[in-house]
Amino acid sequence: MARKMVTIDANEAVAYVAYRLNEVIAIYPITPSSGMGEFADAWAAAGIPNIWGTVPLVAEMQSEGGAAGAVHGALQTGSLTTTFTASQGLLLMIPNMYKIAGELTPTVFHVTARTVATHALSIFGDHSDVMAARQTGWALLASRSPQEAQDMALIAQAATLETRVPFLHFFDGFRTSHEVNKLEQLSEDDMRAMIDLSLVEAHRARALSPERPVLRGTAQNPDVFFQAREASNTYYDRAPAIIQKVMDRFAELTGRQYHLFDYAGAPDAERVVVVMASGAETAEETALYLAERGEKVGVLTVRLYRPFAVDAFLKALPATTKAIAVLDRTKEPGATGEPLYQDVVTAINEGLASGTAPFAAAPRIIGGRYGLSSKEFTPAMVKAIFEELARDKMRNHFTVGINDDVTFTSLEYDPTFSIASEGTKRCVFFGLGSDGTVGANKNSIKIIGEETDNYAQGYFVYDSKKSGSVTISHLRFGPHPIRAPYTIGVGDANFVACHQFSFLERIDVLKYAAPGAVFLLNSIYPADEVWQHLPEEVQRTIIEKKLRFYVIDAYEVAKATGMGGRINTIMQTCFFAISGVLPREEAIEQIKKYIQKTYSKRGEAVVQANFRAVDQSLAHLQQVQVPAEVSATFRRREPVSDKAPEFVRDVLSRMFIYEGEDLPVSAMPVDGTFPTATAQWEKRNIALEIPVWEPDLCIQCGKCALVCPHAVIRTKVYEPALLENAPETFKSMDAKFKEFPGMKYTVQVSPEDCTGCYLCVENCPAKDKTQPGRKAINMAPQPPLRETEKVNWEFFLSLPEVDRTTFQPTTIKNSQLLQPLFEFSGACAGCGETPYVKLLSQLFGDRSVIANATGCSSIYGGNLPTTPWAVNHEGRGPAWSNSLFEDNAEFGLGMRLTLDKQNEYARELVKALSADLGSELVEGLLTADQSTDAGIKAQRDRVAALKTRLQALNSDKARQLLAVADALVKKSVWILGGDGWAYDIGYGGLDHVLASGRNVNVLVLDTEVYSNTGGQASKATPTAAVAKFAAKGKALPKKDLGLIAMSYGYVYVARVAMGYNDQQTLKAFLEAEAYDGPSLIIAYSHCIAHGIDMKKGLEQQKKAVQSGMWTLYRYNPDLIDEGKNPLQLDSRDPSIPVSEYAYNETRYRMLMQSDEERAEELMRSASADALQRYNLYRQMAAMSYGRDGDKPAE
Amino acid sequence: MPDLSTTYLGISLKNPLVASASPLTRRVDTVRQLEDAGVSAVVMHSLFEEQIRYESHEVDFFLEHGAESYAEAQRYLVEPPGFRIGPEEYLKQIGKLKEAVDIPVIASLNGSSRGGWVDYAKKMQQAGADAIELNLYYMHVDPLETSQQIEQDYVDLVADVRAQVTIPLAVKLGPFFTSLPNLAARLVKAGADGLVLFNRFYQPDLDIETLSVVPNLELSTSADLRLPLRWVAIFYGRLEADLALSSGIHTPADLVKAVMAGAKVGMTTSALLRNGIDHARVLLQGLEEWMGTYEYESVAQMTGAMSQRNVEDPAAFERANYMRTLASFEHPRI
Repeated sequence: MARKMVTIDANEAVAYVAYRLNEVIAIYPITPSSGMGEFADAWAAAGIPNIWGTVPLVAEMQSEGGAAGAVHGALQTGSLTTTFTASQGLLLMIPNMYKIAGELTPTVFHVTARTVATHALSIFGDHSDVMAARQTGWALLASRSPQEAQDMALIAQAATLETRVPFLHFFDGFRTSHEVNKLEQLSEDDMRAMIDLSLVEAHRARALSPERPVLRGTAQNPDVFFQAREASNTYYDRAPAIIQKVMDRFAELTGRQYHLFDYAGAPDAERVVVVMASGAETAEETALYLAERGEKVGVLTVRLYRPFAVDAFLKALPATTKAIAVLDRTKEPGATGEPLYQDVVTAINEGLASGTAPFAAAPRIIGGRYGLSSKEFTPAMVKAIFEELARDKMRNHFTVGINDDVTFTSLEYDPTFSIASEGTKRCVFFGLGSDGTVGANKNSIKIIGEETDNYAQGYFVYDSKKSGSVTISHLRFGPHPIRAPYTIGVGDANFVACHQFSFLERIDVLKYAAPGAVFLLNSIYPADEVWQHLPEEVQRTIIEKKLRFYVIDAYEVAKATGMGGRINTIMQTCFFAISGVLPREEAIEQIKKYIQKTYSKRGEAVVQANFRAVDQSLAHLQQVQVPAEVSATFRRREPVSDKAPEFVRDVLSRMFIYEGEDLPVSAMPVDGTFPTATAQWEKRNIALEIPVWEPDLCIQCGKCALVCPHAVIRTKVYEPALLENAPETFKSMDAKFKEFPGMKYTVQVSPEDCTGCYLCVENCPAKDKTQPGRKAINMAPQPPLRETEKVNWEFFLSLPEVDRTTFQPTTIKNSQLLQPLFEFSGACAGCGETPYVKLLSQLFGDRSVIANATGCSSIYGGNLPTTPWAVNHEGRGPAWSNSLFEDNAEFGLGMRLTLDKQNEYARELVKALSADLGSELVEGLLTADQSTDAGIKAQRDRVAALKTRLQALNSDKARQLLAVADALVKKSVWILGGDGWAYDIGYGGLDHVLASGRNVNVLVLDTEVYSNTGGQASKATPTAAVAKFAAKGKALPKKDLGLIAMSYGYVYVARVAMGYNDQQTLKAFLEAEAYDGPSLIIAYSHCIAHGIDMKKGLEQQKKAVQSGMWTLYRYNPDLIDEGKNPLQLDSRDPSIPVSEYAYNETRYRMLMQSDEERAEELMRSASADALQRYNLYRQMAAMSYGRDGDKPAE
Repeated sequence: MPDLSTTYLGISLKNPLVASASPLTRRVDTVRQLEDAGVSAVVMHSLFEEQIRYESHEVDFFLEHGAESYAEAQRYLVEPPGFRIGPEEYLKQIGKLKEAVDIPVIASLNGSSRGGWVDYAKKMQQAGADAIELNLYYMHVDPLETSQQIEQDYVDLVADVRAQVTIPLAVKLGPFFTSLPNLAARLVKAGADGLVLFNRFYQPDLDIETLSVVPNLELSTSADLRLPLRWVAIFYGRLEADLALSSGIHTPADLVKAVMAGAKVGMTTSALLRNGIDHARVLLQGLEEWMGTYEYESVAQMTGAMSQRNVEDPAAFERANYMRTLASFEHPRI
């Protein structure tokens, strides 16, 4: 029977096989492998069985280390078990991997190979993770494409059972894991045919069982450990042959023949590239192209990397080989070469020494690095490598794909070289994340792949912003299988679509267009008007490349058909109409079929709206008659202001406009250190509407500025005289602050940095008495305000910051006079986390060191191109770093230890140098009261004086003290992260750090899911909420992290929700920081993953508190010494049902729409739990800690 | 012992007390309790066409919001197994209720416009509903929309639904029509087997502290009985349709009044929500006691006894304002 052709990505293809061949699956989310776990969890929730008829048990663990441990245990007790991971996740599994291999236990881990964090984290693909696991004793099997990834998943499973060697099956993160491609799907019969049941039985028979007890995991001594370690050699010796046998069996079944090493190219090749995974596909296609043209070149694909089968490798190489380039997608600094290179060198030398090598003379071998962190690897680069192999003097340890202008390792290549076949259509689409472009393109690929005879491929490039993000879709289709794991190149696209008109003024979208290509633009201007609105560069390119140019006002069609702002279906229909991949009628029929398939679960109304959009699109599609001459009056916008610092202008700005690829090595810092305060230069202009301040209504409460997630609303008080030079439209009013009589006050918005989230408007309490719908802050369209408000913003910034030593930041309005040192991040519009982070930066930013766990906050806080952490006019600001996901608490503690030690050392040195420094200064430095900003300022002045005096002293001690003198000024250590870190992966470390008693401040931004990786359940996920890995609704209650921390008795703990009581939030931050010991603040952070209207985020926070789901409290151990109860409840008795809060959120409501009974049962349980916990807190808060109210107990 | 049985929409009922649409008629366990407490039929909670349409767009928006924008999170929400926006859950519930209780189950359909959704009525019949109550319940605020248009739309809507089903069809409507008798007659002509008087409208309130509009739905009281009572009494005997009185039945006397005015059944929700499901027993017991005291043998004997047609002073139902009248004076007919 013919197998099904499907158009899916490798994650789905691999999970499909792995799920069916296992019975226990332990998972933990990590990009880019999360998709596999999500598929497995969803299938298990839907009751889909494996090939033996039972539904696999999918268990989410607290970390990859935990997942590996659970896998190990499940294997030991006889289950067929798997997991999925990548990067740091794989590194956390390594200790268990040694054990699993040492115990000869069959299992397959499926790994989306991803960069291991070094100078920076990267979520993208290379082999640094799998290479770090190559020594564990596991077989390493590499796949080149989604088809191969599916096939190898089965081959690996069959082979591991037979060899007893555990398998790490890997394929390139994103490039393969996320590439959608047409493939032949294996049937369950195929899987049954490949898996030998007797081997499964043998695995079970080896399991630990009290019925036949054995013992594993002994501790061994020098007498026998070595011998025992060698005892398994035969299993590794036999493994390659067994694996090849399995591959042969697979070939008989499916017709797809794989070998441990596969050679392709000229049979008499003299120049050979050795490479593995997706890069091999590019190299092979290029070699075949060149060989057809007479070049003696070939490519050897390494499929089985470990155990490295030397004989098979040598046999696979042509005897004519004279030069070999070994390509590694990893870097091993300081090594004699990267791992695959070293293996190849060794294998060939061994072959030559033993006489088993096919060639008479030793080939020359060079190694090179390519494709780190998903850097493009193209046929042009492969060609350059072959050309290098033809040189007399080859460059060893080269790089390709970058411009290394420092150590000159890089090979030059001709970027215009292309092997694209004429029959393949290549299409590039620019869209906004929010307009649905990628989703529609994924559907288009499926339509082409599954409803026509064509092959199809889709790859999607996202940017690192969570708001206003740009997506670029690369689609290829044609009559032949598409083996091109690289994006469509400059000048290579037959079709370019730009779904947002504004992109034209900042991005060169048409560079992808080939001569004569089609250009489709979403334009509010009709065909006869659009030309005059195009920048000069765009007009010129259209004329020079002779593009066929079409426009459609997709937003108008979307509005008319009930699609809101979603233009995906409309643009998709236009694409099919123009590209001619299908006859129009058939295309429309297929689009509608897929709309039905995609949206029918969401209801008929959505399906019908999409149908209407399809039907009305073509009537609005217009071809533009392209003029012969360029007539533009304006050019593309400069990416950055000329006032920006040099590094921003020369380096970062290139990344703003998607030209970071072209930056040379010399442009990069050598150690990953970047300047802060650079987000201010990236004016993204993504808000359609921005807030406008109405001074006549404003009560100067500061609440708008407080909740602004992007720090685009600011308040200042200043001398009236400063208004002399104010722009005409600059607004001000008399300040109403007792500390600042006679001063002026302004609330100012940065129009180009605002995301238009509405939180400020929602939170504004000042309403017009005659028109309560009008507030002191209202939204208005951005474009007409942009220029005037830009000038006003610049003037506002020029006004002096309020001197923080002149007032106490103990009220919201006062706190908002402090300059935010966290601004314009790439967080989601309306983010619930960033207002807390910003508040922290205002209160303590100028003396903070921040340890940030990996997650949303590390991405919006530290993802290039820009950094939102900022500096004040003195150049001070938060110093920030991200270590890992799992170690953040410890990382922060380390910072505290340094500061404490340096402070201690500095004090010792001050004392030792007291004779030279003068007693007054010494006394001042050592006894300074730094509990207020004024006190800190005084200490900073003393330290400045100290430094001046030290410079005059010429002694070792003076020099030492100079280096650590800043530690005499109070520093605030903040440990930031989300609930995935604090409740799960980092909990052990967090617990230890809290227990340490050290003065660190922990801020948990609790969104109740792993937000950054797409909403997987954590232990913070509440009962009844649906999340990934809890698809049927979480049955168990949220972990009470605060209560656990309180149990120490000496940890300051606060639970806050700005939307319910902002003053309590402020108080908690101030108290936590002031507390001389560990502090923990757990902050309710509404999140896009809750499925809420983000502008109502604060309202939801309020409801969470009112329902009893998020009781506010502060637990201050200092109060115990005063005989007071340390726990103070800051919210009232629950006053609304939990359901009233919960059913405002899609994460809860979806369960009602799928399993009402379970939803009701879980909601009852959530309600009971909320009440029970509230009662517990109430009773705890009522306990007596002393006598007569305020005296300590005796 | 008096005979409490009655018929409504051609369905024989053991007594004239029906539980109207509310959260109590949503779940199997509470419907069972209602049956045990003696109610003779239940009207299920309403399937809101508008809500389904709204939810459809809403869920679609939130599922797509933030999706396919960011490499690490191509989607933030997962669709649980069995997830579907549409009438399916409601239809399943009809089946479950029918299985769980012996009393008739009346499905309730609430729609605001003509369209494909009237198909839901057919699905309700297929799912086993004994009858359908079509709830005409929405606000018209467009000054360009005439009362004629609005009424015609209602009539057309009833005809559309009628065309979909063969089971009895009742229409529940509000009291605010210029000529209610005219509309009622047209609705019956269009296919309504019964009229349910009246809907209680959601009336938003104003929060004068926050200067905002707040949702508010208050339970009825006995005072709310008067309006439907009057119209039931007026309609009784003049329409080829059964009447149900809904709103304001809290005491046995209220139920007696409803039946005496001409209602085949009295529908109650607020009393049960306020006093608990067992309050149905109190109402039925009170009805029976009253019938015993006043020697009524059957509910049939009572029905319409105090309708406009049958009372001594028919004009009392038509007076718009309080008038001091002499009991002995009868206006000469012109």
